[in-house]
Amino acid sequence: MGVEQKLGNLGVVTYRLEDVVNWGRTNAMWPILFGLACCAIEMMSTQAANYDLSRFGMELNRPSPRQSDLMIVAGRVSRKMAPVIRRLYDQMPYPKWVIAMGDCASCGGVFNNYAIVQGVDEIIPVDVYVSGCPPRPEALIDGIMTLHEKIRNDKLTDWA
Amino acid sequence: MKRDDMVVEKLRAALGDAVEEVSDFRGERTVYIRKDRLIDACRLLRDDPDLRYNFLADIVADDHLPDYPRFAVNYHLMSMPNKHRLRLRVWVEDPDDGPPTAADIWVIATWLEMEVWDLMGVRFAGNGSLRRLFLPEDWQGHPLRKDYPLGYEEVQFSFNWQEIDAKKPYAKQ
Amino acid sequence: MGLLIPQASDTIQELSVEELRAKVGTGMEIVDAEEHMLLSMGPQHPSTHGVLRLLVELDGETVVNLAPDIGFLHTGIEKTMENKRYVKALVATDRMDYLTPMSNNLVYTMAVEKLLGVEVTPRAKTLRLILAELSRLASHLVWLGTSALDLAAMSVFLYCFREREYILDIFEMVSGQRMMVSYIRPGGLWRDVPEEFVPAVRKLLDFMPAKIADYEALLTHNPIFEMRTQGVGTISSEDAIAWGLTGPSLRASGVDWDLRRDQPYLDYASYDFKVPVETAGDVYARYLVRIQEMRECLRLIRQGLDRLKPGPVNIDDHKIVPPPRAELGQSMEAVIHHFKLWTEGFSAPEGFVYQAIESPRGEIGCYLRGNGTNKPARVHFRGPSFVNLASLPLMSKNRFIADVVAIIGSIDIVLGEIDR
Repeated sequence: MGVEQKLGNLGVVTYRLEDVVNWGRTNAMWPILFGLACCAIEMMSTQAANYDLSRFGMELNRPSPRQSDLMIVAGRVSRKMAPVIRRLYDQMPYPKWVIAMGDCASCGGVFNNYAIVQGVDEIIPVDVYVSGCPPRPEALIDGIMTLHEKIRNDKLTDWA
Repeated sequence: MKRDDMVVEKLRAALGDAVEEVSDFRGERTVYIRKDRLIDACRLLRDDPDLRYNFLADIVADDHLPDYPRFAVNYHLMSMPNKHRLRLRVWVEDPDDGPPTAADIWVIATWLEMEVWDLMGVRFAGNGSLRRLFLPEDWQGHPLRKDYPLGYEEVQFSFNWQEIDAKKPYAKQ
Repeated sequence: MGLLIPQASDTIQELSVEELRAKVGTGMEIVDAEEHMLLSMGPQHPSTHGVLRLLVELDGETVVNLAPDIGFLHTGIEKTMENKRYVKALVATDRMDYLTPMSNNLVYTMAVEKLLGVEVTPRAKTLRLILAELSRLASHLVWLGTSALDLAAMSVFLYCFREREYILDIFEMVSGQRMMVSYIRPGGLWRDVPEEFVPAVRKLLDFMPAKIADYEALLTHNPIFEMRTQGVGTISSEDAIAWGLTGPSLRASGVDWDLRRDQPYLDYASYDFKVPVETAGDVYARYLVRIQEMRECLRLIRQGLDRLKPGPVNIDDHKIVPPPRAELGQSMEAVIHHFKLWTEGFSAPEGFVYQAIESPRGEIGCYLRGNGTNKPARVHFRGPSFVNLASLPLMSKNRFIADVVAIIGSIDIVLGEIDR
């Protein structure tokens, strides 16, 4: 049943603006093409044939931060990389979201040492943490679903 | 094991006292070379028609704190024609006065020495491009030294969650 | 191109050459700072295979000079391993070269075993060989997919990852993890492979040759692919040896050298396999070598499966390998061994060893020094990607900037292993 049958001849549908905006934001979310370490390979697996992330409108990875609205921090963040990530994040236009994929990005993981930032949330605000080392593609998809859920409940007044 | 002995004989014959010591462990031959004669030894090992160690696999620095001399630099050589491996080991007393660069013998040495300098802080004499390779430019210290701390941060568990959460530097928008 | 410099990029034009060199931090010789363009490529770039940053001096589209800037993934793996016990340190090796964790496990484990002076059982050796070759296959599949993607061949990527998933399922079957397996352990393996392992691998052997033929049909005689790769990034055999190239990149330059055959470990000496060698030394030759290597992998795995005999996979020394779970309920000695091993670990004697094996990228070496305690005093890895990257400036000099992408893809670098 298509939406046309519901319209009749009116050509107008009344709906809450907030829901329409959030629907649009969830279903065409473009992640930045940006991988750091092992998790990036699982992120590639998620986008490849078997798991097919394009089912969620996310097949389009933008290499430029200016065109993307989701950053999936896939892998460990070193002290040298940290300023770069912050800069990439600052270059992304609002609204923007961050998924910390994997243990290293979430909390430092097994590498509790001088070189690794203990959690990317020290540099950029994180919306969803995905656990696993590396997380299975299903886990990443679950993280993305959680983020979609979060966005659906966003209030537009919060962004103003 | 015949080739192992032949190498040492050749080195002793050509360079005399440059060979400080020879040791075997688990079937691997290690030749300790005096630091100032290293380049002569390398050149002989590469150019001698019977030896032909044409491939430098790796340079590894080792920190023996609290022993003296503290640093040792290992050169893992390989001879592709003879299918033989050999390790040269050089003691380094002062890390700022390290062994001479082997870049004239094997080009790749420049690159490998950069890694050693960055992480262990052994300065190779004559290598012009010693700079930070892995770490940021303004990094202090050389992390693989034994007196450099691992940099452990306290881990959050449920019993100390609040306490650590309060001082964690969370980023703002 | 992802133009991103960690420092403020707008001020870079006003600097003198010396200041500029200090600023960009790669120590690159800048030939002509007035006329030429300096391009910073990466660390966030779709085709640098991770977080590699390249500083490129361009004359129009031609590369005058190029310097890699690495360290954006420096993890301190060596330092971390020196602070862990021998078995616990194993988990860090998986995360180093994350496309072929089995090879990393293998080289570290073999170094530990060499230091301890133990010899593993025949079944463990055969299984290690099969698993190492499976992970070589998986790694080459990722290489083929991503490097073809860099040259805009999208479908190869999807096909390769489809087959890779099958291999990852096998890894998950044996170890419980898709990528970070930590399966090959000092003294043998974590446990024996399950019953379904052999049929699953046989199935892979049945369908894989046709898939490799598919990839070849897509790429080998594809005129666009040929034009992008033939004669690009050539390196002579003398240069390749001098610059320490190993693995398929070395064999593509006409040097017939493979550690599996020339300094055999495990039981490679008794296996029948070819070492593919090409002489052109360009990107296309490296592609051909790896494609043929994938076929040789299948031959090796088939021979391994045929030789697989039942038997123990772990050595009988419970000072190194924990006793089987069933024994813990019956034997006090087993409980003590179990407790000692998981609280204290085993101690290795004083001495140092270097173990090298042929990983999919080349010679991966592990230098290990024990000092009589239960932690390694020094662990060092010779990352083949790290050494292979050193010759990138040589290969890409006087080529177009678009060729640099093809060359990076062809030397098959993994940044986790470069930066460690």
